[in-house]
Amino acid sequence: MLTSLLLLKPDEEDYWNSSKFKAFTFDDEDDEFSRLKESKQAVNSIRRLVEEDDDEDDVEKVSWSGEPVGSISWSVRETAASNQRTDREPAFPKINADTPTVSRSHSGYSLSSLFKGETGDQFSDSLSDSSVRLYAPELRKPKSEYKDYVSDWSPEETVHRMQQGKAVSLEKFRSLQDKLLLLDFSISAHDGNVITAVTLFTITFTVLFRELESRQTALRHFIHYLTETRDQRLLLELLRALGRTEDIALLQYKEHLSIADENKRRDFLKSCLSLPFSPEDSAHVQDHYTLLERQIIIEATDRQAERGGKVEIFQKFPRRASILNMPLITTLYYCCFYHYTESEGTYSSPLNVRQTFRISEKQFFVTALAARAKLKAWVDVDALFTSRNWLGFTRKKSPLGFHRVVDILQKNSAPTQVLQEYVGLVDDAELRISLAQKHKCHDIIINTYRDLKDRQQLLGYRGKVERGSVEERKINELLDNPQIRWKN
Amino acid sequence: MAHSARRDSPELPDFSLLKRLARDQLIYLLEQLPGKKDLFIEADLMSPLDRIANVSTLKQHEVDKLYKVEYKPVISTSDQLCFLIRPRIQTVKWICDVVNADKAAGKFRRYKLIFTPQKFYACEAVLEEQGIFGDVTTDEWAFYLLPLDDDIISLELPEFFRDNFLAGDQRWVRTAGSTLHLLHSIYGPFSKIYGIGRCSKMAYESWREQVEEGETKARQAEIGNVFLIDRDVDFVTPLCSQVVYEGLVDDIFRIKCGCVEFGPDVTSSDKSMKVMLNSQDKVFNEIRNEHFSNVFGFLSQKARNLQTAYDKRRGMDIKQMKTFVSEELKGLKQEHRLLSLHIGASESIMKKKTKQDFQELLKTEHSLLEGFEIRECISFIEEHINRQVSMIESLRLLCLLSITENGLLPKDYRSLKAQYLQSYGVDHLLTFANLRQLGLLVEQQPGETLTVMESKVGKLVNDKTAGKLTDAFSSLAKKSNFRALSKKLNLVPKSDEEYDLRVPRDMAYIFSGAYIPLSCKLIEQVLERDGWTGLEEVTRLLNGHEFAVTGSTKSDTNDAQRIVLVMFLGGCTFSEISALRFLGRERGYKFIVVTTAITNSSRLIEALLDNHV
Repeated sequence: MLTSLLLLKPDEEDYWNSSKFKAFTFDDEDDEFSRLKESKQAVNSIRRLVEEDDDEDDVEKVSWSGEPVGSISWSVRETAASNQRTDREPAFPKINADTPTVSRSHSGYSLSSLFKGETGDQFSDSLSDSSVRLYAPELRKPKSEYKDYVSDWSPEETVHRMQQGKAVSLEKFRSLQDKLLLLDFSISAHDGNVITAVTLFTITFTVLFRELESRQTALRHFIHYLTETRDQRLLLELLRALGRTEDIALLQYKEHLSIADENKRRDFLKSCLSLPFSPEDSAHVQDHYTLLERQIIIEATDRQAERGGKVEIFQKFPRRASILNMPLITTLYYCCFYHYTESEGTYSSPLNVRQTFRISEKQFFVTALAARAKLKAWVDVDALFTSRNWLGFTRKKSPLGFHRVVDILQKNSAPTQVLQEYVGLVDDAELRISLAQKHKCHDIIINTYRDLKDRQQLLGYRGKVERGSVEERKINELLDNPQIRWKN
Repeated sequence: MAHSARRDSPELPDFSLLKRLARDQLIYLLEQLPGKKDLFIEADLMSPLDRIANVSTLKQHEVDKLYKVEYKPVISTSDQLCFLIRPRIQTVKWICDVVNADKAAGKFRRYKLIFTPQKFYACEAVLEEQGIFGDVTTDEWAFYLLPLDDDIISLELPEFFRDNFLAGDQRWVRTAGSTLHLLHSIYGPFSKIYGIGRCSKMAYESWREQVEEGETKARQAEIGNVFLIDRDVDFVTPLCSQVVYEGLVDDIFRIKCGCVEFGPDVTSSDKSMKVMLNSQDKVFNEIRNEHFSNVFGFLSQKARNLQTAYDKRRGMDIKQMKTFVSEELKGLKQEHRLLSLHIGASESIMKKKTKQDFQELLKTEHSLLEGFEIRECISFIEEHINRQVSMIESLRLLCLLSITENGLLPKDYRSLKAQYLQSYGVDHLLTFANLRQLGLLVEQQPGETLTVMESKVGKLVNDKTAGKLTDAFSSLAKKSNFRALSKKLNLVPKSDEEYDLRVPRDMAYIFSGAYIPLSCKLIEQVLERDGWTGLEEVTRLLNGHEFAVTGSTKSDTNDAQRIVLVMFLGGCTFSEISALRFLGRERGYKFIVVTTAITNSSRLIEALLDNHV
């Protein structure tokens, strides 16, 4: 974990100073990409140089020495910010993108005291400084000057160079104070890439976790890094140090997703029950455990029953998938499908499932309806609406709007006579008619128009039914009925 | 139906240059590894790569075999492996495994990692940790911008959204700044930049610094104005069902990198077909911004015209026929092909939408936007959940309910969450935690009805105690204040007025006249006012972070000033693009949309799911 992000080791520095061949400061294998960047930037201004040097072509010298012809070099030229400074860009004002925590005064070590009265200046100094520092001139500098570049950067310069992908040395930031200073500069630069890098460099001891607490931005980057590298152990340690108990619980709970074996997963979920979830989530996790525990039992029993070939329903409707790890409602549907009539004593009984998991009446109803309709068990469907009526009335009741009932039935390809019954129960006349038309329930349409005393609509509808059909006869009878007082 | 553009509407800059730049740079990088090599490409880089280069380009530069990164052991026999990847730790770890496996087998190869659009220190840290730091070389391919159409440029970075807004990781800020810098140096100098959002502000700063570091030639500006906007300024818009043709096609078929795959039900044949959807498709170009209800009429009119054109053949003599065949027939055939595709797509859309009670769904969304009959909306959502209709759709509606209502009542929240977990799995506990962190699906805090008062106080507190308070985890989730914003900006037109969708009168047409997208309304207002003056209340409700800055360029040609580049940080939808195109036609602007990725409600929600490993 203690990744040293340092790009140059001290002994390598020596090497740099003595090197006679490398024109680039950072021409190390670890820094090819910055070389590319810089070479692109430089390529324009020093092209002439390269061409002149052609005969003593030194591959080491510049990676772009074999500059490709045609479009590629054109591209490189275009991409690189040209060094031909013809007209200075208009300067855009700096806006304060600082988020409050980032402000130096909030770091554990007051940076403002370190930089009293000159922080602002330093910022602008470094900016104007870097804005005039071009890459190409550096190439022409005597090699002896390079040492300065590697070791003498202030924290903000270091951060600045890191943003540009240039080589830096973090070695010199050894004291806690220096590290935090560096960290705070990286935070105020807003570049997440650099924030993560500096955070990883800085946070070398658990004791430093507390420093992160006052630097939420760096903390978030660190957490994200640990999440991405899946360093669960350190992440948990960090969260514990921060006292973020709910996050810990969720993070640990999440691990169950990577456990394939159902028994191991169940046992793991059981161990999750003691985690510090919110009371509400705690109940959900408990349900999760109970559900899987039952699914395992149901699955074992049903698989056996299916293989035994004695249970009719499994023969008629072979199971397409295992019920393991399915959501509760899917499980309920399954139980309504395969175990509808079981008494409450078994785990697979729908009533048992309903009770154990506190499933609402409406939810239970919807699921049972869909499952029984799928089986075309219309008697069961019918009973769902009436059985609750203990006074023995025949009027159908539903916790779900009847138009939804129709929808569910129709999706399970219920025959017209079944649909008709429920379409007729839709309260709203308009909705009833439109559903009836959709499902070709002529009787309902005719009766509705009759009830609305709408002679015109009825006449119109007569044109739509088949000639000589029962429906046509019925319409004619109604139209001839002198007792109806039509409204039109 | 096709809106005639204003005569003086400025021309859009030519963005094909960006493709050429990217391609040439890639070639340059490939040539850094001379000799034959196998190339492994990150799965989600394949389509973008396809848009700028083809296999023969790669082959010309000695790429032997092409592989997709699949996190499996490699079977390549080449002694040089090149990896073209996003800077993702998982991918780098996989490469480490590959290299270490080779080492163990005593196999010697050269490896090159090309990160695009940039590499991260964290990736290098992994290389170092896995002990292969010196064994591989790394490079960066600055492929920031992929033009998807004349006026759409994408960074193709869907992870920007989750990384930035959920994890609070600012790794892409520099990328966004560099993107702007690239556009600025080719099509700038920009003269005005407006923006809103925390990330926008940081991206602006990063860009400004890069401008100051680098040098740019003086040139005639092609793009004058820039507007930066964070996705979390407006979550409502991307959560709504899209009803403009292009958005609808995206919602249903998923447009990927400007390309859609139409299945057999659309092509009315036995195979699927991949189709590019952009302004080159003449039929599509005329319907993409239309409300779906107009599309059928338009297509049938087109079909009739086509028939007439074909019918001309009758009574032609040989010579005329020859001319017809050589001059017109090809065009007609092409049009015929396109027309039948879009008719097929429209039919398929109709079928799918009627099946799932789309009308009722839209009604619920509109009620939520209007703040009307919320109880009915809740029970609609509840039934949706009970019937296990669609995991994503249910979540989308819940989020829409939460943002428009500034959170759910605690008892509703608990009950809906419990039912959701029952229907779609308890694993979604993690998803709910994410949504809460982002502020997309939250419980109202007691006494939160005094929103305005409280946020006023909140502002005072924030200003003074800066520190932990704002930056703390919880504050990544902002209050939406949607109702107040909607009132302030007139986002929801009065419902009793007729809205003629064929002759749209404002941007609300993209949502059937029910809602003007907040994001686009802000852009309209700021451009109109040339800044945020007079919008103080609005920005306060949006939690601030607005800015408007002017560069010191002398006012450039008029044309550039009417070209506005809008950059969405965290994604934008096709509906928003349609709305901006409408606004441009109305006001004589041309908008260029730059986005980290094209998004829609499903992508947005999917980015936040956590019910998988």
